[in-house]
Amino acid sequence: MKRIFSILALLTAVLLSFALYEALVAAPTEQTMGNVQRIFYYHVPSAWTAFLLFFINFVCSIQYLVRPNPVGDKVTNWTVIAIGIAACIAAFVIRPLPQGMEPSSVATTGLAIAGLYFLIKKYFPRERVDALALVSAEVGVVFCTVVLVTGPLLARQVRGIWWTCDVRVTSTLVLWLIYISYLMLRRFSTSGQTPILAAALAIFGALDVPLVYFSIWIFRTQHPQPVIGGGGSIDPRMLRVLLINWLAFLCFAALVCWSRYRLEILQREVEETQALEALLEPRSSR
Amino acid sequence: MLDSPPIIAISSLVKKFGRFAALRGVSVEFAGGRLYAILGDNGAGKTTLLRALAGLVHPTRGSIQIFGTTDLRAICHELGYMAHPSLLYDEMSGMENLRYFAGLYGISDDQGCAAAMAAVDLDPSLTRLVAQYSQGMRQRLSLARALLNDPKILLLDEPFSNVDVRSAGAMVVLLARMRTAGKTIFVVTHQASLLAGVADEFIWMEGGQITRRTRELQPLESK
Amino acid sequence: MMPNAATKSSGAIAGVTWATLAKDLRLECRSKDAINSMLFFSLLVVVVFSFSFDPNAEESRQIAGGLVWVAFLFAAVVALNQTWARELRNQVLDAYRVSPAPANSLFLAKALGNFVFVAVLELLMTPLFVMFYKLRPLGPAWQLIPIAALGTWAIVVNGTFFAAMSLRTRSREIMLPLLLFPVSIPALLAMVNATTAILTGEMSAKFWIVLLSTYDVVFTIACLLLFELVLNAE
Repeated sequence: MKRIFSILALLTAVLLSFALYEALVAAPTEQTMGNVQRIFYYHVPSAWTAFLLFFINFVCSIQYLVRPNPVGDKVTNWTVIAIGIAACIAAFVIRPLPQGMEPSSVATTGLAIAGLYFLIKKYFPRERVDALALVSAEVGVVFCTVVLVTGPLLARQVRGIWWTCDVRVTSTLVLWLIYISYLMLRRFSTSGQTPILAAALAIFGALDVPLVYFSIWIFRTQHPQPVIGGGGSIDPRMLRVLLINWLAFLCFAALVCWSRYRLEILQREVEETQALEALLEPRSSR
Repeated sequence: MLDSPPIIAISSLVKKFGRFAALRGVSVEFAGGRLYAILGDNGAGKTTLLRALAGLVHPTRGSIQIFGTTDLRAICHELGYMAHPSLLYDEMSGMENLRYFAGLYGISDDQGCAAAMAAVDLDPSLTRLVAQYSQGMRQRLSLARALLNDPKILLLDEPFSNVDVRSAGAMVVLLARMRTAGKTIFVVTHQASLLAGVADEFIWMEGGQITRRTRELQPLESK
Repeated sequence: MMPNAATKSSGAIAGVTWATLAKDLRLECRSKDAINSMLFFSLLVVVVFSFSFDPNAEESRQIAGGLVWVAFLFAAVVALNQTWARELRNQVLDAYRVSPAPANSLFLAKALGNFVFVAVLELLMTPLFVMFYKLRPLGPAWQLIPIAALGTWAIVVNGTFFAAMSLRTRSREIMLPLLLFPVSIPALLAMVNATTAILTGEMSAKFWIVLLSTYDVVFTIACLLLFELVLNAE
């Protein structure tokens, strides 16, 4: 395990340096926005990484709640499989797809959701699933903060305004707020069942996000406002830099998550051992 | 020790609150129709054991089987629980409290509530709010609440604390009568002498474990 | 017939819900301590807002939707914080948990009680707002009633759930709004925009009402499914 970690660390360092070079030097300068546009290469991959991490948290929360109950567990398994199959079918059956969605990406997303669910289920026993949920929430919040800082920076330079009520930006803000409240619940809870409470909150958050998206989408149709970047096609060279950056960020996120996860597991083991010692020692009455 | 089949079986029960282990591997069986007195110092784990039997506490490890099932929600209508706090609404009268809690068990007639109050020597027609009750009256009403659903198993945590000697004696008589009628009763108490000659078994706890079980109440060495 | 089977049927769930709701309303009418302080607090909120935002009639229609709902939200949070106060006093929740009564009955009763509570506060605050801001809806005014009902339920259903969650935390009173506000943002957006749409008459509130209804359905179901876990967390 340690060797893989070292290899990953080295790989991350190399990728990050390469990605930095690509983003700041090698990528073509954007026509209208100039060099400032390069913030984009940090903004977008951070967003994708943050969403992936929050999704992992959502999957872990569901598993933590559902696994002790055999019926619920089966139902959830089949639901996830159904989602994967439905995404594959829908990708090639529904015509036309909403703008910006390719059949291959819809199918891949559906399969990735199912794959991720079963991967986590296989490699993480129930107690550790909770540690993974905590870790993914923490690292996700960090990346989300990067998104929320780089977004206004980009908007300010490009549009002259710090904030617009854009669908994605505001949804990201709400997601960030929900996960900050998730972390606060974890910190302030005095219950022995904190993981259950936190998992319930994560589910509420997951239910909330599509509603946020739609509410702002309706708002935007009623009050049209300028759009930050995105939409329309992107230069293939820029796409390549974007993907390189994303890969680098993913490796970095994996590295940080892994370290944090090890730390969390060790902390829990220490507590278990101390409690076990307290169990075995004869206790003097107080 | 057991001449009737056990209705409660506890196996290696461990309960940890953070780093503090309140129960450290309790394994014991209890037969039905007996009155058990649970004794021990503060912090011995008596209340935690009672709460675990009531299903209020999730065991860290180990299991509890009551009437052959580990799903305590399935048999919760056979349990009556009385705790150190009164578990009553201060802003309602005695009968109003009992009427409400009886409703939780699907009991809608007033007679049962009035009978429960009379059994603990309280006047059902008393309109005084519980906030104005004396501590002893509150304890007795709390016991009445635990009896509402005619439970087969009674779990009482310090029922005699702050109760005057006469009322405590009356409560002991009531408990003995219910034991004879076939109920299984667990009483956690510091006033073990009240149950001398009445309890079928005295269970001593220390440091989160059961240290001994005796038929007779023997004088404690340090006291 | 086992009492256990009886209480599991929906008729019994309704029975326990109704009994708990009736008890809470009766106790509130009896003591009136919470409702009186809530009513006064609501009055103060309206007055403070009217001093802070003092627009003429035309502007007031544009922002009144937001003002009113933010005021309702703050009053609701103060009301929601005392949802479980009576149950905490003598650990009554233990008695509930030991009984066969379903956790959802308790949740529904508390949520409905809070709904009544907050609705009373809104009924007090609304005429005051209308007076201070000279509000006259230019759109179909009857639609304000379903908007108010759906919006209040949105705040109250999640608020009751998170109030129960915050029972197991330190800093209970601040945890409730911390947990409630982020999740309530789409509902808040819907309430405010729907109200503004009616007041200004400039657009239809239909989409917002549909969104609000969806929000209510989704989260009521989520709360009902997850409440038992939260109630039984030690």
